[in-house]
Amino acid sequence: MPSLPVIQPEDVAKAARSRPGGAFDAPDMDENGVRYDTLLRLGDDSLILGQRLGEWCGHAPSVEVDLSLANMGLDLIGQATHFLNAAGECEGKGRDGDRLAFHRDVLDFRCCWLVEQPNGDFAQTISRQFLFSTWQKMLFDHLTASKDESIAAVAAKAVKEVAYHAELSAEWVIRLGDGTEESRRRMIDGLDWNWRFVPELFEMDAVATEAAERGIGADVTAFRADYDARIASVLAEATLDAPPNQRPILGGRRGHHSEHLGHILAPMQFLPRTYPDAKW
Amino acid sequence: MVSAALRLDDVEQALWAVLESVPDPEIPVVSVVDLGIIRAVTPDRVTITPTYTGCPATQVIERDIRDALDAAGFRRVAIETTLSPPWTTDWISDAGKAKLKAYGIAPPLAAGERAVECPQCGSTQTEEISRFGSTPCKAQWRCRDCLEPFDLFKCH
Repeated sequence: MPSLPVIQPEDVAKAARSRPGGAFDAPDMDENGVRYDTLLRLGDDSLILGQRLGEWCGHAPSVEVDLSLANMGLDLIGQATHFLNAAGECEGKGRDGDRLAFHRDVLDFRCCWLVEQPNGDFAQTISRQFLFSTWQKMLFDHLTASKDESIAAVAAKAVKEVAYHAELSAEWVIRLGDGTEESRRRMIDGLDWNWRFVPELFEMDAVATEAAERGIGADVTAFRADYDARIASVLAEATLDAPPNQRPILGGRRGHHSEHLGHILAPMQFLPRTYPDAKW
Repeated sequence: MVSAALRLDDVEQALWAVLESVPDPEIPVVSVVDLGIIRAVTPDRVTITPTYTGCPATQVIERDIRDALDAAGFRRVAIETTLSPPWTTDWISDAGKAKLKAYGIAPPLAAGERAVECPQCGSTQTEEISRFGSTPCKAQWRCRDCLEPFDLFKCH
């Protein structure tokens, strides 16, 4: 079995310089650094979930489900394009959204764990979408008031689309949960898989706190109660109990990811990294 | 001075005429002007806005507009994209809505409207089949009277 590379003296030196908390490359906490990291978090969430949904294309249980998953994926990729282009401009090193999406390594991604999770069966995909889109809708509602013009513009543009994602996935949670014995079992399993990644959505680490204080990011804890209420009401309609709370898994925002992310990036990045100058 | 101002107006009018000849790549019966994508026209700049964030036609639309401007001799007119304020289906012109309906696509409902009219027979006995249709901007509906399925341009 391959093991991690040997720890070199420069790694030790780098670790000694890093902040407590274990971040590999902690962002600069000045205005630009916070803005860049905030844009990456938003863009990477949308990019990775959009790519995940794209894996369903041609495989969904029916044509209309296939279309809805692909269309949601397209919306998310559209958001990612705007956020990552803005991140590239903010960084000022000549990288655009494509460069950030296709030429960054896994540890430099800032998405949450929920969006990396495998599609599993349709119920697992839908439970992930429901938990994420419900959150993203509330987040974008808040971000329309961001002092950062590009974040506010994308949020205002995308919030209507995300409202659709949240509604569609909630309808499916209800239909499957309150459906047959088989669909119910699968929806319970799907929720069970994704539930432990919800606390990360509401984590306020140093960057998120700084972004909220500067008025460019949102204080996600402000809508935690609304989120919990919405999830509980849909689950009640689906005749499902909320899964028991498990140990939360955190770290995506600081570059610590599940093993799944690398496997998403491999097919997504292979072509542009192998032929960096290829054009359509 | 008067003649210079007139000439600028003429340029803007000529630009609008060119833009009116550029069809939407997905729904070619409506122009980019009908759809409300064109936000502003000045003698040196055309400002456009995307319909849906993930609309794959956005890049094609920009290229088509570029080609049309170039072909009409407006090579130096720049195209600028703006997200804000976000596009809404309210910006589709009345002429555009009529063209959509004639093409078999139910136009988006105006504020206060509830019933979706079948673009084939005009009945309001209609129902949604699927929230997502052939493109992100359309839903699939069905008429319970003439039984024809049709696309509804979703309110956005």
